[in-house]
Amino acid sequence: MTVMEQRGAYRPTPPPAWQPRTDPAPLLPDALPHRVLGTEAAAQVDPDLLRRLYAQLVRGRRYNTQATALTKQGRLAVYPSSTGQEACEVAAALVLEERDWLFPSYRDTLAAVARGLDPVQALTLLRGDWHTGYDPREHRVAPLCTPLATQLPHAVGLAHAARLKGDDVVALAMIGDGGTSEGDFHEALNFAAVWQAPVVFLVQNNGFAISVPLAKQTAAPSLAHKAVGYGMPGRLVDGNDAAAVHEVLGEAIAHARAGGGPTLVEAVTYRMEAHTNADDDKRYRDDADVEAWRAHDPIALLERELTGRGLIDEAGMAAAREDAEAMAADLRERMNQDPVLDPMDLFAHVYARPTTQLLEQEAMLRAELDAETRGHDDPEGATR
Amino acid sequence: MTTVAVKPATMAQAFGRALRDAMAEDPTVHVMGEDVGALGGVFRVTDGLVKEFGEDRVTDTPLAEAGILGTAVGMAMYGLRPVVEMQFDAFAYPAFEQLISHVARWRNRTRGAMPLPITVRVPYGGGIGGVEHHSDSSEAYYIATPGLHVVTPATVADAYGLLRAAIASDDPVVVLEPKRLYWSKDAWNPDEPQAVEPIGRAVVRRRGRSATLITYGPSVPVCLEAAEAARAEGWDLEVVDLRSLVPFDDETVSASVRRTGRAVVVHESGSFGGPGGEIAARVTERCFHHLEAPVLRVAGFDIPYPPPMLERHHLPGVDRILDAVARLQWEARS
Repeated sequence: MTVMEQRGAYRPTPPPAWQPRTDPAPLLPDALPHRVLGTEAAAQVDPDLLRRLYAQLVRGRRYNTQATALTKQGRLAVYPSSTGQEACEVAAALVLEERDWLFPSYRDTLAAVARGLDPVQALTLLRGDWHTGYDPREHRVAPLCTPLATQLPHAVGLAHAARLKGDDVVALAMIGDGGTSEGDFHEALNFAAVWQAPVVFLVQNNGFAISVPLAKQTAAPSLAHKAVGYGMPGRLVDGNDAAAVHEVLGEAIAHARAGGGPTLVEAVTYRMEAHTNADDDKRYRDDADVEAWRAHDPIALLERELTGRGLIDEAGMAAAREDAEAMAADLRERMNQDPVLDPMDLFAHVYARPTTQLLEQEAMLRAELDAETRGHDDPEGATR
Repeated sequence: MTTVAVKPATMAQAFGRALRDAMAEDPTVHVMGEDVGALGGVFRVTDGLVKEFGEDRVTDTPLAEAGILGTAVGMAMYGLRPVVEMQFDAFAYPAFEQLISHVARWRNRTRGAMPLPITVRVPYGGGIGGVEHHSDSSEAYYIATPGLHVVTPATVADAYGLLRAAIASDDPVVVLEPKRLYWSKDAWNPDEPQAVEPIGRAVVRRRGRSATLITYGPSVPVCLEAAEAARAEGWDLEVVDLRSLVPFDDETVSASVRRTGRAVVVHESGSFGGPGGEIAARVTERCFHHLEAPVLRVAGFDIPYPPPMLERHHLPGVDRILDAVARLQWEARS
């Protein structure tokens, strides 16, 4: 009997409107990032899946190095590399069904390519010949864009609309650790949880937002813990363990598909290259940190599992490398061709029907271009 | 057209009727926003919709404007036609990144592959005695954003017609609803077939020969009142109601100014960087040889929107409009 009850005069009660809402315990992430490779759980994974993940990782690494090389040759305006993060990129693409939707961040060109997007079309934004080089509906990949976190509410809305229509579609939205500080991250997670939308959020915590480390980004116990405040489960996974990422995402997607609502997955990984080719990471991090992560390379982790258990031989690994080289050669060749540009496209898609003001401006540009062409044909100006 | 048999309806009712008819005709039309459900919106525009169409199509969202518009983008990507309500002009600002960086650009970004048929309703303008953040004229932000259509009705019939046209449009349309006119009444029969005019046509509200008042939204009734008052001064003023700021109807505006030879642009929005500067430039470029005087502007001051007890000094009124008309160099008339 408490002191209050002994007195018999006053019993504290909760405020009238208050009631417990959700038990937070089941939503909490594990203490350590989930691992599969190198554990007993790896034996439960379909060997074919492991081999497919491996081939895509090798291909993805090659894609990253080739794209970075293209920036040095002036063929790409900029490339934010996902080198070191290929396990997340590839697992995100492979875990989805055809009918599902992928909402990439600007660093996730590789995920879009692994999902089936033409590697050249996927680079349109970064090449600079247009903004989005593909019809988003074709592979159900939302436009690659540089604003941070704004794609998350899009994913929630699409998943919500699909559910309203009765379609069995899940949206997977990708974001980096820096992006979780944006307001749209908060709003998207809140809407998703309130609407119980079939959406999965994958945060690739690669340690840095350009130069700013995670400690300056958040004081949360982990990014996965943020899920609890929204009433959705948070999962923590080793982002360099492709099998673990695939498993955790797969469970979250199955949960969403079954009507269980959204999940926030934090994949702990590392950005092995600078933010982009234009960045200098020597100014804000030590080589020793990078080297420590090199020993935790996603391809090496998976290769060790496959070779250790005899699931792949040298010929199998060589085949993966050859496939990657063929992709890179094709990418190089096509990117070395100048894109065909039509300046009139600038006016063609602003509205369904151009305004009279746009028609006037279009006519002005056309006249300028015609004058330019005449100038080329007639450099001496003889016919002027 | 007004007929004696028709009961007057308010502009708010006309907006509501437009939503209802659009939803009844097209199951992909969804209404979403803060308090649009049981409450019917703070201005009661969505009154009754949730009863008729259910919560899946008339959704009380969390209180977060970027989230509302951002999720609307995803819904439009999946084939829905969301109509988003922003509760007040200044409360729409959190949604600006979604509006400017995505909604306005999506068609262009995807080379026309994926238009976003989203309607954004924004109650705007002053004159209702609202405290700070409830009376902004935010149209300059919207019209400076390529990819958006921006319309603003001034009559009950146009409220219906323009909102229907906005919802039917495959492009994103910002519908600026003059909240001062929500309770204005007009003899308007909601049960008769209504005109859904194409977006982008201005209309001459009052014919006149002396000068043209170019205006829109909440300033239209003020200009009509000024035109009546001007008769005593011997001026016969024409009043052009733009209805659509983007696209801009150069043809109707220029034709009017060429007839009258003088023009004043009237709006609540601030003068510097406001729509009036663009309109004055366009009129001057097209009608220079017909003009008897520079195009003048009567606008809100270039100040943050005033507190309610001082707003009457800020808003363009009849006297300020007539003062501007008086400065149109009448002495130079040949």
